[in-house]
Parts: sequence; structure tokens; C-alpha cells
Amino acid sequence: MSTTHPRRRRAYAVAGAFAAATLVLGACTNSSGSDDDDTSAAVAKSNTDNDKSGDKVVIGFSAPAADHGWMGAITKAAVAQAGEYDDVELKVAEGTNDVNLQISQVETFINDKVDAIVLLPFDGAAMTSVARKAMDAGIVVVNVDREFDSPFAARTTVLGDNYGMGVSAGTYVCEDAAGATDKIVTEIAGIDSLPLTQDRSQGFEDALTSCGLEVSNRVAAEFTVESGEEAAGNLLQAAPKIDYLWNHDDDQGVGVLAAINNANRDEFTMIGGAGSADVMELIKSGDSVLKATVVYPSTQAADGVKLARLLVQDKALSDLAEIEVPRQLKLAAPVVTAENVDTYLPSAFRS
Amino acid sequence: MTSVQDPSLTVPTPPKGDRGGNVSIARNLGLVIALVILCVVAVASAGDRFASTDNVLTILRYSAVVGVVSIGMTFVITGGGIDLSVGAIVALASVWATTTGTQAMADNIGWIAMVFSAVLVGTACGAINGLLIAYGKIVPFIATLAMLASARGLAELIADRKTQIIRNQGFTDFFGAEPLGIPVIVIIFAVVVVAGWFLLNRTTFGRRTFAVGGNPEAARLAGIKVQRHTVYLYALLGMTCGIAAVMLMSRTTTGSSTHGTGLELDVIAAVVIGGTLLSGGRGTVIGTLFGVLILTTLSNVFTLNNLSTSTQAVAKGVIIVVAVLLQQRIANRKT
Repeated sequence: MSTTHPRRRRAYAVAGAFAAATLVLGACTNSSGSDDDDTSAAVAKSNTDNDKSGDKVVIGFSAPAADHGWMGAITKAAVAQAGEYDDVELKVAEGTNDVNLQISQVETFINDKVDAIVLLPFDGAAMTSVARKAMDAGIVVVNVDREFDSPFAARTTVLGDNYGMGVSAGTYVCEDAAGATDKIVTEIAGIDSLPLTQDRSQGFEDALTSCGLEVSNRVAAEFTVESGEEAAGNLLQAAPKIDYLWNHDDDQGVGVLAAINNANRDEFTMIGGAGSADVMELIKSGDSVLKATVVYPSTQAADGVKLARLLVQDKALSDLAEIEVPRQLKLAAPVVTAENVDTYLPSAFRS
Repeated sequence: MTSVQDPSLTVPTPPKGDRGGNVSIARNLGLVIALVILCVVAVASAGDRFASTDNVLTILRYSAVVGVVSIGMTFVITGGGIDLSVGAIVALASVWATTTGTQAMADNIGWIAMVFSAVLVGTACGAINGLLIAYGKIVPFIATLAMLASARGLAELIADRKTQIIRNQGFTDFFGAEPLGIPVIVIIFAVVVVAGWFLLNRTTFGRRTFAVGGNPEAARLAGIKVQRHTVYLYALLGMTCGIAAVMLMSRTTTGSSTHGTGLELDVIAAVVIGGTLLSGGRGTVIGTLFGVLILTTLSNVFTLNNLSTSTQAVAKGVIIVVAVLLQQRIANRKT
């Protein structure tokens, strides 16, 4: 038997309803408005015959969980690109970091007898055997970003230039240091178990060695904001004075910057990676430690979809003399500074 | 001097249901119905893409990894414990079994060395959990939480955070084979289910597990070595983690410290949906099997219909709650 005064009970009910309404409104209205603009620039306007409608192509697409903006942009760009073609049906097996599940998603595509699979594996080596099974079943496999470890596992691979990213960042540091060899250079890497992270670090190290510098402190995060904040916090504690900081990825960079601001440190120059819109805006404004970033295109999967369509329809890549679609496409890694930021800002992804 | 029997000291006999009585059939019927409904929905939405042999095999291959660990978890939960570290143990076992040293050994004495290595590491981690819980008197939640962190950390250290690729062709050939069209890992899964059922329902070990889970004090007074039995239970779960690691190694041809992420959620969900009580004392291997199949079929239906894994995760949570609520209602009605 309730002994609450009826008026108090009513007050609770009103408060409860108000709280519930706030929560529902909060969940249902999300800030997706601005995101849609970002992908329009990524969907290239082509003016060749290749874009004319051909045979129907069914493409299966699988990528890891979109736990950071770059990965989310990958999927969005791929879906938008497929939407531009009326002869492409895109089946999206949306993101997971569980290798076992991603393998079963690809197996489902094989069972469905899709024409092509565009795959950004969570781990290239782990997904190699199932990609090979798909190729053996006559399905065209396009590998994006994280490379398989067998040449038989994919027909075409679309990669960013990871080693080149490291070299670009290292070269920027060298040019800025202008001959000094006592600078303290630090590095915040991404997921260390991925070969692409190792390539980036190697490029950075090689470029620094050529001007007499080296990496004094290196930590690794996991491309997420939270891991970036944690790794940066540790790094700042370990190195009381830093001259240069290269952060591999601008998504984890949001966390890195938070840690830097919390620690009130600004004696160094920071370089980013991947090229998010937020970072580019900071570079443009000039009042942050961020002075440059290296672009790592988030349009790789969209390019993968385009190439998969060409391969299935037996078309050639336009503007090339060669009639076969290339085996590997390595996209360039330009350095963005305050001088050229306006060129790259429109196509940058949001974190 | 007590003339009144202290009710808390009554040794519980395993509920008749788990020996094949009415309760078990009713409970399992509920699960069968749930699975049938799921299949009907699947066929309605995806037609013969769902009902084909290839798709069924895809579901079974995916279930094998989760399923084997779930059978082990059934024993631990029935015995009154819980283990959060299964994913990390799978990762550590897979890393240990694929190091250059182990692979070199495999080149000399055969790929069975890698299998032994994985199973041994899994059992050892399980035994450590058991020792901490039984003799160290640490609460299972905390002890296995510690193992969760340290096992994965150790895996990262050993692998130097790199993915270790399996070079041994014999290993990949054996586990990739499909005798009579059924993949080897599915056969292993079936063997583990049958062995698990037999162990839980037809041996003294199984009876002791029910006793220890139902009323550990009474079990101890009845002469059961509760602490030793607890260690055995966790070691058994560790062994199944080792077996799962071998399956994952064959599916991915790699060992990695990132294997088994989130495995504990799926495993505990499968066991709970299957009807095993988290409080211990009651458990069913057949129920766990259905729990695993329901979860993996759900995942398959979502993939076939291009639905996002985020929606699937929400659905999983809802199913777990509904399953437990239904269980409680059935349990209250039958007692």
C-alpha cells in the first residue's frame, strides 16, 4: 500500500515523463545533418564511358566496426559511391572487430554468390584464407587498406601509402628542425599489431635518420579517442620536454589533444595523420600545437567499389593505356599545412 | 544440540529435471520453439539463402568457437562460479601456440605440438583461476577480471603485438578438411557437446558439480572436496578455451592477441539463454547448445538482411533479458 501523498506521486510521474521525453528526443535526433556534406566531394564525378550503365553487379562490402571517424567515413563513402551507379547492388555487412564474425560474414557473401567482395579486414592476415576461398569460388575480391598476406587472396588491392605517410611526417620534422640534431621527437602510433602501423613508424624513423634525428619516446593507441587520450597522457608524463610529436591518426588525435590541453603543454609542434576536418580547421586557425597533417584517404573503399564494378563488367581503368585493371593502387599521402589546407578541407572526414 | 534439521545443510540432489524429467523437457521445448521461430523469420526474410546447406554450415562453423567455450562455461556456472577471462585465455593460447618456437617444434614433431600447446596454456590459465578462487578465496568475478587483463597483456607481450601467421601446412590442411562435407571444427564441436553432456549428467563429476553449485557448505559436509572440484571446473573451462583457440587458429590461419574480443559476452549469454542458472546448482548442456544456436542464427539472419551489428547488439541484450525473465517464471511455477 503506497503512502506517498497523491500530489507527490503526480510530481514524480511528471518528472519521470519529462526525463523520459528528454532521453527519447536525445536518442532520436542525431547530428547527422552536417555529415552528409562530407561524402559528396568524395564521390568523384567521372566523365568517361566507364560510368555508363552496364550489367548488374552485386558487391558484398565488409569493414571493421566504425569506432572512429575515419572508419565510419570509409563505409559512408563506399555506400555513397555504390548509390551513384544504378547497376550496382551493395550488400553491406556492417562493422565488427570480431574476426570470427567477419569471416562468417564473408562466407555468407560466398554462399550468396555475389559478383565481387570489397573487404577492409580487421586483420589482413587473419582474413586471408577466407578471401582466398572467395577468389577460388570465382568471386572478384578487392582488398582495401589492410593487406592480405597472399597475392592469391585478392584481384586488386587499394592501399594508402603508409610508409610514405611516415616519410612525409619525418621530412616535415627534418625541414622544421633545419639541421639541429638535439630535438626530442616523439610518436603516438595506432594499433601496433597492424602491419600498416609498423610501415608508418618505419617511414618516420627512416626519414628522421637521414637528418640525424631519432624517436626518443613512442607509445601506441588504438585509433579511438579514448585510447589516444590515455596514450598521450602517458607520453606527456614520460617526456617533460618535447619538440615534435607525430600522432598517426587524427581520430585518436581528438583524445591526444585533450590530454595535451589538460596537461597545459604547448612547447612542441604536433603533426597529425589521416587528415580529419577538425584537425585541418585547427591548422587553419593557427592557435594550436597542430601545424600539419598527412592525408590518408578515407575514400579507399569507394575506390574499391568502383574498381570491383569495372572488374566484374570487364572494363578497363580509363586514362590508362593498359587494358587490365591494375593489381595494386597506392594512393598518395600529401602533407597539409596552413598554406594548402583550403584545398583539402572540403573532402576531409569528420571525427 | 539440534533436534531440528537445519535446512541449509540439506544436501541438494540434482533437480529431477536435469536427469531428463519434465522440467528439462519444458525448458528445452521453449528454446526449440524460439529457434524454430527464428528460422521461420529467417526463411521469410531471406528465403532459400538461409535454408541452404552452405548457410547452415556457415552458422555451424561460426558457432563452433563460441559453442565449445560455452560448454565449459556451463560447468563453471553450474558449479556456482563465473569466468570473465575466456576471451583473453583464447587469445593467449592462440599466441602461445603460434610463436616461432612452437612452430619450429611443430615442424619437427608435427602440428600436434601446436594443438597441445594451445590446450595446455588454456588449461593452465583455467587452473590458475580455479586456484585463486578456491584456495585464495577471491571472488570469481574479481579473480577472472584480473586474468582477463593479464592474459591479454601477456599475449600482447609474447606476440610483440604482431599477428603470428601459421606456416605449418599440415595444421591448416587437417583443420580445413571437410570429411563427408562436414568441417572438422564442427565435428570437434559435436564431440565436445556429447562429451560435455555425458560428463555433466552421467558421471560423479557432474553430480558433484551440481552439489557444489547448489550448496557448497552442504557438499563439503557430505564429503565432496569442494575446493579441488572448483579448480577442476575452471581448468575444464580453460581446456575448452584452448580447443576454441585451435579452432580460431584454423579459421584465421593466425594467432593474435586480438582474438576472442568480446567472447565472454556471447558465451555467458548463450549459457544463460540456455537455462543454466547464474546462481548455480542447475545446468544443462543441451540448453547451452540451443542458446549458442539461437545467438549465431540471429547473427546470420542479421547478416543476410544487411542489418547493422549495432542493432544486433541491442537485440542480443533484449533476448538475454527476456530469456532470463521467462526462466524465472517457469522455475517459480514448477517449484
